[in-house]
Amino acid sequence: MSFSNISRRGFVQAMGVAGAAGAVALTGCGNSAGGSDNGGSSSEGGDGKFKLGGIGPITGPAAIYGNACKNAAQIAVDEINASDSTFKFDYRFEDDENNAEKSVNAFNTLKDWGMQMLMGTTTTAPCIAVSKEASADNIFELTPSASSTDVIGGQPDADGNVAEQRKPNVFQMCFTDPNQGVASAKYISEQKLGTKVGIIYDSSDAYSTGIDQKFLSEAKNVSLEVVANEAFTADSATDFSAQLNSCKSAEADILFLPIYYTPASIILKQAKDMGYAPKFFGVDGMDGILSLEGFDTSLAEGVMLLTPFNADASDEKTQAFVKAYKEKFNETPNQFAADAYDCVYVLQAALEKAECTPDMSASDICDKLVEVFTSSDFVFDGLTGESIAWSDTGEATKEPKGMVIQNGAYVGME
Amino acid sequence: MQATTATKSAPSFKDRLLEALKGTFGTYFLVVVAFLIVQGFIATGSMSSALQGQLVPICVYVCAAVSLNLVVGISGELSLGHAGFMSVGAFTGCIMASMLAPIIPNDFLRLLISILTGGCFGAVAGFVVGVPVMRLSGDYLAIVTLAFGEIIKNILNNLYVGSDASGLHVSMSSVQDLGMTNGTVIINGPQGAVGISKLSTFVMGFLLIMFTLFVVSNLVRSRSGRAIMAVRDNRIAAESVGINVTKYRLMAFVVSAALAGMAGTLYAMNFSSVVASRFDYNTSILILVYVVLGGIGNIRGSIISATILTILPEFLRFMADYRMLIYAVVLICVMVLPNVPVVQRFMEAFKAKVPWLIDKDALEEPDLAEEGGNRG
Repeated sequence: MSFSNISRRGFVQAMGVAGAAGAVALTGCGNSAGGSDNGGSSSEGGDGKFKLGGIGPITGPAAIYGNACKNAAQIAVDEINASDSTFKFDYRFEDDENNAEKSVNAFNTLKDWGMQMLMGTTTTAPCIAVSKEASADNIFELTPSASSTDVIGGQPDADGNVAEQRKPNVFQMCFTDPNQGVASAKYISEQKLGTKVGIIYDSSDAYSTGIDQKFLSEAKNVSLEVVANEAFTADSATDFSAQLNSCKSAEADILFLPIYYTPASIILKQAKDMGYAPKFFGVDGMDGILSLEGFDTSLAEGVMLLTPFNADASDEKTQAFVKAYKEKFNETPNQFAADAYDCVYVLQAALEKAECTPDMSASDICDKLVEVFTSSDFVFDGLTGESIAWSDTGEATKEPKGMVIQNGAYVGME
Repeated sequence: MQATTATKSAPSFKDRLLEALKGTFGTYFLVVVAFLIVQGFIATGSMSSALQGQLVPICVYVCAAVSLNLVVGISGELSLGHAGFMSVGAFTGCIMASMLAPIIPNDFLRLLISILTGGCFGAVAGFVVGVPVMRLSGDYLAIVTLAFGEIIKNILNNLYVGSDASGLHVSMSSVQDLGMTNGTVIINGPQGAVGISKLSTFVMGFLLIMFTLFVVSNLVRSRSGRAIMAVRDNRIAAESVGINVTKYRLMAFVVSAALAGMAGTLYAMNFSSVVASRFDYNTSILILVYVVLGGIGNIRGSIISATILTILPEFLRFMADYRMLIYAVVLICVMVLPNVPVVQRFMEAFKAKVPWLIDKDALEEPDLAEEGGNRG
């Protein structure tokens, strides 16, 4: 290539080559910056703070869950950093679009940043992939809301079958899917809420199917009669008349809805329109239905649900959190937010107990945190439960609380 | 073989090299050089883990784009179900890898056999879909392949596979119905395949790209490839000279499905969990976007566009909330700019200086391929 006789055309070409070179240089910069961050991760965190990473969907259909986690953790981090605690956080949240591939990318980006512990991921399927990576790199992971047992691993089902080995560095803040399915079946049976149970679940969702399967197997144990087990998929989550009719003709007097609140709100509406009035029983995904925009809350009257968190609770902690959340983000926090908020405080408490320092490597911090989390005297009081403890299995011990919606508010069910 | 085109006036070595670079050799060369550069970066530890984590997905998307290009560009059909074939390969590959775990301790060999299994099942799926579908064309073909992708997704969402001491168990209703005890659940319905051992490596990704390139470029240059292109360019004329239209269209479709199945296995084995909903309509469209932006029928373009468009969203992470917006703007620019005369002139001049950018096997007029879909 020669540029000796610079014509106009030659000049344009030269500019093009320069532009291309510039683009390459830019990419190079990105790489080298990443490289140096990578070096930093093993030696020190910035100005005496722990580097806390978060991952969740903040774009796409599952964005409300990721945003709830992102925002609530931000509030917790701000509170901690404003306090006189010596255990402060440098916090960064990355988007994963509820996609395992993007989630692993987000994890690697945070690793380049120098993340020392991970609060995430929000949703189950990406979390299974990320927890494997975190396990390989020995980075401590506490998920606020990925509730499948495959996230923590090593949990055989009733027949002793396992899908995933235990990942010792991964812990959950929420209760697990089986825990909810089993608790729901027991609750319905013990409280004699109904005799014939109809179920409508999302067969394209890991969370919903997980609870459904556990509910079915537990229902057998407590001799609860399941008369209809109807599925829908994310693609058909706008019309439930077929499923409702099938439950109605099977004479189900209680409907179990192990689904998120958006489809649940449509089910409530359609059931009312067709004059079908069974009792409704939801799980923690149902939480948030009262703050759903455009939803007539009178439809939810009498709906029962299991949830660890109640935004209308009268205790001081919850009220302070809900107030801060409303002020900053202009909406009522749901249980995803509450779990994420608790995650940050648990991590702070555990770091304090383990006497970690921000200049420790992620792997050393992980070893110490695991020791603290599995020790018998580490308990935590948060928004989502009192004296929460963790065992070697990674599950949080908290009991789902039964709530019933009366006059547009949750009331404890006993 | 490339040299034969340049024998007229005893060309110098340099001319012959440049000529060769314009052909398939140049595409191989590009991939090998890229591979060596990346290996160099990894060896010196100067590559961020964010980029390193994307190497295998890039290889997967390159393979998927090149194989789709065989159908869209060379065969001139619009297929919107490419991700469906990837998912068939992904899940069958996972089952195979899981079954082989106690028998073959060597990771590389296990991955290789799994990829071949994924390819075989992809081909079977391609054949089953292709036999009736290849009698359709144009919009009808697009609709059927689109439906196929959705059907596969829903079937896999309800598929439960497990293995225990007595062998493989399959059910379409629930884990309980597998009827096994103390076994391993391989595929758990909508929760997908979990507990996959992460076998995929960048080296394997590179080998798969080379294999895909080898298959596609040799098929294009073979007798069958000429027949496939003849069918694309004028179906009636091709039929009149005795070419079995359905057979050659099916050939391209099945080869493409097999290669997509292999790419799918590589993808699944790179993550410890894979769900069927990952391979939905959007993924099919994404791969089609790689093909269209790289140039329909242009293999090298597919490779470059798949690479760039996979890295781009991650590279834009620093823009936080504006990331997806910028990504969309870039896509629109890439589609609009090549049609602006100034840019066209510049690219011509640029190509004259940098000969390896030209893929002489590419279609002279990409419009041909688009029209091909509409011809009955």
